[in-house]
Amino acid sequence: MSKLEHNMSITGDTPGGLSKTQRLASGIGMLGLFILLLAIANVNFPNKTLFLVLSITLITVGTIIFTNDAYRGKHPGIKNDGVWFRSMTARGFWAWITGITLTLFYIVLYWYPEYLGLNSDGANTGIIALFDPLSRFISGYPASQWFVYGTLYTLAILVFGYKFILKYRHNNYEILRTFSVMFFQLGFAFLIPEILIRLNQPYFNPANLWPLNYDFFAGYKMEGFFSAGTIGLLMFGFGIVSIFVISPILTYKYGKRWYCSWVCGCGGLAETAGDPYRHLSDKSNFAWKVERWVIHSVLVFVVVMTIAVIYSFLLENPSDSWFTKDVFLWLSAGFLTLIFALIMIFKREQLAKDAKYGAIGYLVIILAIISLNYLSGNYRIFFFDGHQLRAWYGFLIGAAFSGVIGVGFYPIFGNRVWCRFGCPMAAVLGMQQRLFSKFRITTNGGQCISCGNCSTYCEMGIDVRAYAQKGENIVRSSCVGCGICSAVCPRGVLKLENGPLKGRINSEEVLLGNDVDLLDLLNQKGE
Amino acid sequence: MEHIVIIGNGIAGITAARHIRKRSDKRITVISAESDHFFSRTALMYVYMGHMTYEHLKPYEDWFWEKNRIELKKARVEKIDFKEKMLCFSLGEPMKYDTLVLATGSMPNKFGWEGQDLKGVQGLVSLQDLELLEENTQNCRKAVMVGGGLIGVEMAEMLRTRKIEVTFLVRENGFWANVLPQHDAQLISEHISSHGVDLRHNTTLDKILADENGRARGVITSDGEEIQCDLVGLCTGVTPNIEFLRNTELDTDKGILVDQYLQTNIPDVYAIGDCAQQRTPIGLRKPVEAVWYTGRMMGETLGQTLTGNKIPYKPGNWFNSAKFFDIEYQTYGWVHTSPGEKEQHLHWVHKERDKLITVAFDPSTNLFLGINTYGIRMRHEVFDRWLNEGKSIQHVLANLKEANFDPEFYRRYEKEIFNSFKENLQQPQL
Repeated sequence: MSKLEHNMSITGDTPGGLSKTQRLASGIGMLGLFILLLAIANVNFPNKTLFLVLSITLITVGTIIFTNDAYRGKHPGIKNDGVWFRSMTARGFWAWITGITLTLFYIVLYWYPEYLGLNSDGANTGIIALFDPLSRFISGYPASQWFVYGTLYTLAILVFGYKFILKYRHNNYEILRTFSVMFFQLGFAFLIPEILIRLNQPYFNPANLWPLNYDFFAGYKMEGFFSAGTIGLLMFGFGIVSIFVISPILTYKYGKRWYCSWVCGCGGLAETAGDPYRHLSDKSNFAWKVERWVIHSVLVFVVVMTIAVIYSFLLENPSDSWFTKDVFLWLSAGFLTLIFALIMIFKREQLAKDAKYGAIGYLVIILAIISLNYLSGNYRIFFFDGHQLRAWYGFLIGAAFSGVIGVGFYPIFGNRVWCRFGCPMAAVLGMQQRLFSKFRITTNGGQCISCGNCSTYCEMGIDVRAYAQKGENIVRSSCVGCGICSAVCPRGVLKLENGPLKGRINSEEVLLGNDVDLLDLLNQKGE
Repeated sequence: MEHIVIIGNGIAGITAARHIRKRSDKRITVISAESDHFFSRTALMYVYMGHMTYEHLKPYEDWFWEKNRIELKKARVEKIDFKEKMLCFSLGEPMKYDTLVLATGSMPNKFGWEGQDLKGVQGLVSLQDLELLEENTQNCRKAVMVGGGLIGVEMAEMLRTRKIEVTFLVRENGFWANVLPQHDAQLISEHISSHGVDLRHNTTLDKILADENGRARGVITSDGEEIQCDLVGLCTGVTPNIEFLRNTELDTDKGILVDQYLQTNIPDVYAIGDCAQQRTPIGLRKPVEAVWYTGRMMGETLGQTLTGNKIPYKPGNWFNSAKFFDIEYQTYGWVHTSPGEKEQHLHWVHKERDKLITVAFDPSTNLFLGINTYGIRMRHEVFDRWLNEGKSIQHVLANLKEANFDPEFYRRYEKEIFNSFKENLQQPQL
């Protein structure tokens, strides 16, 4: 179907058009952004507090007016009208402009913060100086580029969260989930770490878990924790417990959604600011194959890197009683082998062939690297220095993948590129979800009409329809449980559920509604 | 190798092809003049509204067909030589078949109105209809829809997203009132009107007026009123698409007549989906059911029969679903429009009038007969079981919670529904 381009005033409106109020609101928001732009261009505002407040207020007010005009006064319900006709949401001109602008912003943010006004000697200038008052107010220190980024990030989640809530106000699941990501971003990711700094404690975001937080085991971090006394130890302990105990338990009970679409900041931005782009994710089988290899490779990378970093940290403390680098390597190898063995013994029938080969391959690689280093006793762990490896990870995955591609390319590849292809945390939680979680998306008997709304609006690129039209429960490691498939289904076919593990993955030979007696037996085969 | 040829790549034909392939190695060819690949007809509206593109309507990626050795041929069948088992196309070489499956679907009804073939007058069934609608609604400010059924309300919703004014002529005193009980129909009428549709009850089309270019410029209603418009949508149901099979040795009536094995009067020729008509009606069902789900079920059944497991078409309990603008509708079992002695209805309406439940039961035996539910999702499996087990109305009401399929954290209304119905049940003859 060709694009709609025939709005010549005498017709009714195109579904993609903006109303007058929406244009005005966009203008107000742009004015707020313009202040930021001037700051980037090194305009030195006389009263920084005033202009910062003005800028944030204008952006917020603009978004709220726009949202109210778009959704208020209309019936609650799904409103994706014209999404594919709009340049901004259908990979048109404005989408590319937005994508390129965001990408450039990320490049400057990560690699050239001096252009934003970060001065290693002397006071901040530019946009970073504009944020100094706010930073001093919260943490007592001048702003860094990360503070600027954190503030804008949080602002985006809050204002677009409001938009999301209004858009999906007929759906309580979406409302609660959005309040949750807004809360965790504002409280846990933004305020708590800054307040900890004010209290002279290490920077710590309790909601940012390893391996997403790949710095957690870095030498400087651990030293920070250990030198901060009881509170530091508590933070370190909480970090460890949340990785190995709390998160598997929550994932067992609720699926990975408790994290990916209720807590995580990356997910938070994707769900709110990224919502207009959710339909752009690639649903092809090919993309799924690429996704599985890439995301698990990132996970392997982060595991190897973490082992290397901890190893080198231990090296610097040779007096540390029994916990030597050798013991650590043995423990790591043992732990990985144990997990691998448990999966292969109890869950192997749930794995596809390529998943099994992949797992075996990766285990062999990791164990080979570990034994090589153990036998050689080389300081240059994993052929590279641990810190060098971390630097590479930080550059490739932490910055380029999660920021530049992950967010910069929202308007082109959809809003969950990072979560889908790159996030090692999503890979860990995904394995847990696939293998032992009670979560699944169920389908409603034979009611599917294969319309494809679910697949189109799945931000993780899952072909939901392929399961729904077979009457199969959807148990996919990538599913973040955003619930949009269920929301956009015009026949009420999909529902997110936590239930017993038995019969979690089922496939009926013949769908409900057709009485084919001989197949009753087949239908009971269960898991 | 046996060559099975299926005419029609809709849900019935494609489901048959898939099930035959699942269970056998026979050669399969699917013929369609409408599109290269199978797409979901029910979702055409979402393309027009900009929710999806045509590519999204294809349930299978394009490589699927070759991988599963289902040959696709885009051609129009002109004539079938049943004796020689030969298909003749409007273009190109004829094709031999061993087994023929007719799944030709349906086309919009036209009742011989004056002006029904003018430009700007159309139905909405095929991909071509969608393309035509895109063309017909360029510079269109006002449309008149005729016929209060599912396609009508979908088309009204589509046009409203482009801010086109819609006048909707409905013969009955409520939307889809020949299927929905009056009480339900009125609620849906209200909802449709609240979306800015000018809904006219008890009104039909008299004739369509032409302008000097042979385009529709307006209609005259049964009340004699003239309504100016640029588009006339004919949504007065569909009829089996079997014109090219008339006057052959194939037995037809409204549709192609089939027995319980979906077989026609000619050996090795079967018919499924919208174009098939049951010689002996099944239960309370109509002989021709132009419904997505029944098309799928016939495809599933025939797939078994053609691969050595001969089974009769035995659709289970009736179910269906639709969406009227923002209100989702599901039905399980039978809820008739005008219940007689043997059927009584209970209604519960939410105070905001966007949720409604209508339950039908037999007042003499208390047997639960069926449910219409609007704005509350219900679990197919549970109602299917209750209907099979012949549960009482009391059992259904007391256990309604078990059947709820709404997303997590949604408000639940079972208690309210239960109390409302308990009161009504205690004082029968509402």
